[in-house]
Amino acid sequence: MRVFFTMTDNDNNANRDDREPVIEVRGLVKRFGCHTVLSGVNLDVYPGEMLVIMGGSGCGKSTLLRHLIGSYIADEGTVKLFGQNVAELDDAAYDEFKKRFGVLFQSGALFNSMTVGENVALPLKEHTDLDDATIDIMVKIKLEQVGLRQAEDLMPSEISGGMKKRAGLARAVSLDPEILFYDEPSAGLDPVTSAEIDFLMMDLARKLGVASVVVTHEMDSAFRIADRMIMLDKGNVLMDGPRSDFEALRDSGLTGAPAKDTVRQFLRGDSEGPITQRRQNSGFEDDILNAAAGID
Amino acid sequence: MADETNLKLVERIGARTIGAARYVGGASLLLASTVGWTFRGLVSPKVRLDHRSLATQMVRVGVRSLGIVCLVQGFIGVILALQMEPPLKQFEQQSQIASIIGVAGFRMLGPIFTAVILSGFAGASIAAELGTMVVSEEIEAMDAMALNPVRFLVVPRVLATLTMMLLLTPIADMMIALGGYGISRGVLGPSVYNEYWKLMQNMLTYPDFFTGLTQGGVFGLLIGLIACYEGLNVRGGAEGVGRATTMTVVYSIVAIVLAACTFTVLFYVFEL
Ligand SMILES: Nc1ncnc2c1ncn2[C@@H]1O[C@H](COP(=O)(O)OP(=O)(O)O)[C@@H](O)[C@H]1O
Ligand SMILES: [Mg+2]
Repeated sequence: MRVFFTMTDNDNNANRDDREPVIEVRGLVKRFGCHTVLSGVNLDVYPGEMLVIMGGSGCGKSTLLRHLIGSYIADEGTVKLFGQNVAELDDAAYDEFKKRFGVLFQSGALFNSMTVGENVALPLKEHTDLDDATIDIMVKIKLEQVGLRQAEDLMPSEISGGMKKRAGLARAVSLDPEILFYDEPSAGLDPVTSAEIDFLMMDLARKLGVASVVVTHEMDSAFRIADRMIMLDKGNVLMDGPRSDFEALRDSGLTGAPAKDTVRQFLRGDSEGPITQRRQNSGFEDDILNAAAGID
Repeated sequence: MADETNLKLVERIGARTIGAARYVGGASLLLASTVGWTFRGLVSPKVRLDHRSLATQMVRVGVRSLGIVCLVQGFIGVILALQMEPPLKQFEQQSQIASIIGVAGFRMLGPIFTAVILSGFAGASIAAELGTMVVSEEIEAMDAMALNPVRFLVVPRVLATLTMMLLLTPIADMMIALGGYGISRGVLGPSVYNEYWKLMQNMLTYPDFFTGLTQGGVFGLLIGLIACYEGLNVRGGAEGVGRATTMTVVYSIVAIVLAACTFTVLFYVFEL
């Protein structure tokens, strides 16, 4: 039985889980110029769990994800994948790691010059020694898993947004990964399609036994799929815990603690609360400073 | 006050210089990586070159621009002949139009105009294509799948612009010569066209052809490289893609002219 902790208090860390995390992030800092996007993020992902990372637009969710998949290198702190510090890996070794995880990008990121089937076949062709006939069968299986077998010979431009995500998902799981990453899987989809994608993600996670890291700001989707949730705000982890904690917070009254109330407002989608107040204040300061700059 | 403006100017020149150095450096790294992957594609059985995508790119770069190259180069021949006839006629030397068109066309005008056409035709579309792939996260997806974008995208495109320039340059040379001949038959009269081909053959040497061809190849390399570099470095959505397409054409033409000038100096010094 796993013991979860509610808020980010580190003294509980020890009894959190006996298993080795597949991803371990400690003190991750990322700056673009003088703009600090991530300021000391800690994060663990355990085998087989579905972790949902939430946060407002521009709070650094995609940036965090890109550190996990190796697109960005941390300015400070460490990112460990499968117990290995990724900063110590050379390109070839990292490429081997990349074959152990799959990524579904926001737009599906299918290669537009290839059919859906060829897209799914590509990682198999490049990274395995399987012959074409075997690859063909595997592509059919993967497409069947995501309910897209009839679309194998279509071009990406001929299929809908939801189908593109399914196809991207089939491609992401083609090498039987141990971790799946999703960036805003339900963005730009209607509620029904989005729910379908959610169930597909849960289905794959169960069937393949993979750990999943999902970045989203859709609360319905987050509460549907998450085992554990993390709330990111201005580059910090505000809250980290099991879904039940977040549900409890969402349904509770105001707590009076600023961090909790910020999370609560986000979860409820309220138009009033700490997030709104912060925005108004910062806008006011900017306006005054701008006006003052214009005086002389 | 004046000091301040000067300082701003110096700052701006400095920033431009650093920017240019960074650009050249980045493009050189891309070139090195492209050469590396091409080499590995040729020798290592595990990293095979993708013949199908190379063929696709060659068709897109070369075959589709063939018509416009022929058209433009034919007219260049016409223009040269018509422009040179009056001054040469003063010295009764109008038959030498053939020699001059031959040398100018084979050595420089063939490759350089073809390259300019190709930079607008193929370079711009390569930049737009790769830029769109960046915007739609396709490049990131490749990277996440441990598929190297240089190997899969840049190598076939650069090889295609390079080989297509090598193939188009002789065709362009011929079209310039033909254009000159055509207008001589139509307008300038037998004093020009009677001995046209003979005079051109007498004048031309192998170095004329091969220096032109070498330059054509280098121009092709530059176009492919700049287009891929611009495309892969797109930032900021559709606007960025538009900017990359424009800058590909601008930088390609600048690079082509600089390379042509360098080659001309070298060929002059070594009497090629
Ligand atoms: N490559 C980059 N260069 C500069 N700034 C970036 C870059 N990537 C992201 N940012 C900035 O980092 C912040 C967080 O971006 P992102 O992680 O995409 O947010 P989101 O939570 O919406 O996914 C944004 O303000 C964005 O402008
Ligand atoms: Mg994002």
